[in-house]
Amino acid sequence: MYKLVLAFRYLYRRRISYLALAAVALCVFIVVVVMTVMDGLVGDFKQKNHNYTGDCVVGTESLVGFAYYEDFARIAEKASYVEAVTPVIKSYALVGVEGSGRNTGVELMGVEAGSYSRVTGFGRTLYYHKNDASKAFEAGSDSNLPGFVIGADLWSGRNEKGEYYYAPSPEATALSVTCFPLTAKGALAKAGTDVVNTKTFYFSDCSQSGLARVDGSIIYLPFEEAQVLCGMTEPVKRASWIHIKFKQGTNIEEGCRQVRQMWGKFYDEYKGKDNAELLSQVSVRSWKEHRRESIAGMEKEQTMLMMMFGLVGLTTVFIVYVVFYMIISHKTKDIGILKSIGASCGDVIVLFLGFAAGLGVIGSAVGVAGGMLFLRNINRIEGWLYERFGFQLWDRTIYAIGEIPHRLDLTMLAVVTGCAVLACLAGAVLPSVGAARARPADVLQVSQL
Amino acid sequence: MSKDGFIIEAQGIHKTYRMGAAQVQVLKGADIAVKKGEFVAIVGASGSGKSTLLHILGALDRPDKGVVRFEGRDLSGMGGGELNEYRNKMIGFVFQFYHLLDELNVLENVILPAMVPAGIIGWMSKRAGVKKRGLELLKAVGLEERATHKPYQLSGGERQRAAIARALVNEPRLLLADEPTGNLDSATGNGILELLERLNRAGQTIVMVTHDERVAKRAGRTITLADGKVK
Ligand SMILES: Nc1ncnc2c1ncn2[C@@H]1O[C@H](COP(=O)(O)OP(=O)(O)OP(=O)(O)O)[C@@H](O)[C@H]1O
Ligand SMILES: [Mg+2]
Repeated sequence: MYKLVLAFRYLYRRRISYLALAAVALCVFIVVVVMTVMDGLVGDFKQKNHNYTGDCVVGTESLVGFAYYEDFARIAEKASYVEAVTPVIKSYALVGVEGSGRNTGVELMGVEAGSYSRVTGFGRTLYYHKNDASKAFEAGSDSNLPGFVIGADLWSGRNEKGEYYYAPSPEATALSVTCFPLTAKGALAKAGTDVVNTKTFYFSDCSQSGLARVDGSIIYLPFEEAQVLCGMTEPVKRASWIHIKFKQGTNIEEGCRQVRQMWGKFYDEYKGKDNAELLSQVSVRSWKEHRRESIAGMEKEQTMLMMMFGLVGLTTVFIVYVVFYMIISHKTKDIGILKSIGASCGDVIVLFLGFAAGLGVIGSAVGVAGGMLFLRNINRIEGWLYERFGFQLWDRTIYAIGEIPHRLDLTMLAVVTGCAVLACLAGAVLPSVGAARARPADVLQVSQL
Repeated sequence: MSKDGFIIEAQGIHKTYRMGAAQVQVLKGADIAVKKGEFVAIVGASGSGKSTLLHILGALDRPDKGVVRFEGRDLSGMGGGELNEYRNKMIGFVFQFYHLLDELNVLENVILPAMVPAGIIGWMSKRAGVKKRGLELLKAVGLEERATHKPYQLSGGERQRAAIARALVNEPRLLLADEPTGNLDSATGNGILELLERLNRAGQTIVMVTHDERVAKRAGRTITLADGKVK
């Protein structure tokens, strides 16, 4: 009982306790803020990738594509756990503004606006057709002309708040798109055949997925147009990927496993057919596997950051250790007194560990509260800094991240608090045990001198 | 109680301190026996080992050789828990330098020995009673007005009286006092001695260390420590 009372008294009567408290609070504050922002950025980035991809993809990186995709899409659509399915063409193209004589290389995606929007978040990335994605390819100037949707960064600049400049209605711009049609064997289809490889498209919309790589390099065309341009109609119709969205509540890994099985059966059935050799290159991946390359870098940064903050944690332990060492060396007389009136070694250890735990709990509470307050206002603070001093955490005209993330993760808060308390206990253990083992006569003798 | 009626007896106590290479042989076979209800003073020159002997009697230190028996029980046969209980219940120790805890107020310091063995629940049930006893003791030593003051707000004599009240709170069978008047002027010291005499008349057994012959005269019996032995 007296242990709690004394631990508490030590905590608020000794100035050095406040220093230790401040150290703990500061460490917790920094970790909470950085983890929240980093977690938010990574989570946001993953979410954008998920939105961009759908839940599961079936296909091949080969530009040749694979045949019989329609048959598989039809089978997949019937599965109980599948919400929507859409085929996608992926290739490269040269685009040039009509009459300018200049062109640039881009990535080409051929999508069916309606079904692609059901599988992915495509519809929500549009500006003019947000509410009716199935009309995404209706050109602004004339809805009968073939339209194109273009990555927002290819089309428009951004202001310092990260907003794009959009005209009130789609501009009437024409682009000529040149593709490199490939035969089913992967050879360049020879010129002189009837394969069309250049066509003019008219601006219909911008897509802003928030992924810099995507928004800065992709042009979307209607699926059938892209198929023709890429030579993927001869001799059998081909597509690069089939994107699948699962019904709500379906576990993604589990869904992908089932799709893999489904694909296995499909493959066994179709492998004998003409042009079926393309099927052997097809793989089934979850969205995470599909976007591995872009996500992995981000995750690595997160891991590095966690390690750095592990070091910050170690520093806290050391600070607490030093503080306790000092407090206890000032308190040897008290320990002698307590033992002279019958306190046990265990009592003394519990007393100081209680003190340490109190320090950890209060320190991390202060740190968490400060962190929450700071995070709640982080965007306001950044805005103010920008207005006053022109300081921005990152340049919104370049990075496709609008707000600084500040959504608190309760699990993370709990873990950080727990670690802080443990760190305090760890720092206090050695000095307390040392203190507890002292003999009262020796301690009191020394303090008389 | 041992058959001779001694509350505490120590026989052939040896104690040597090592300070680096040097050895200080402080006690070389000291004997002491105190009967219940006695008021004994231990006198001797500075450095003669008076405090050391008292610490050994109070189990704050162990002798290198020799036996200490409390009511017939050998202290060396007691385990850690029993020794803690011995220090807590059987002995009240008064130090020359008071040794109050700065963070607690006077009343809390006084009742601390009653708090030590209590768990949270146990403490809640006996708290009121203990507080009452603490206040009574403070009244007995003339500090009832000072219960909520901090030790640093008290004079030396007041601190010593608070320390005596603390030593008495668990109604110990034996009060050990190490130069309780050593740091006080004679008038204040006199007050403390009167308090001890009053306690002794009420039946409290007291062993007091002092190097002042006049202080020792107030006790019922005087033991002189010289050359590590009792003369
Ligand atoms: N814990 C210790 N470590 C080393 N030496 C000690 C220790 N305790 C006591 N001594 C030494 O033992 C000797 C006796 O000390 P003690 O305190 O018992 O003397 P004392 O008779 O009480 O003296 P005083 O009247 O000055 O209080 C001294 O020389 C002292 O330095
Ligand atoms: Mg002494």
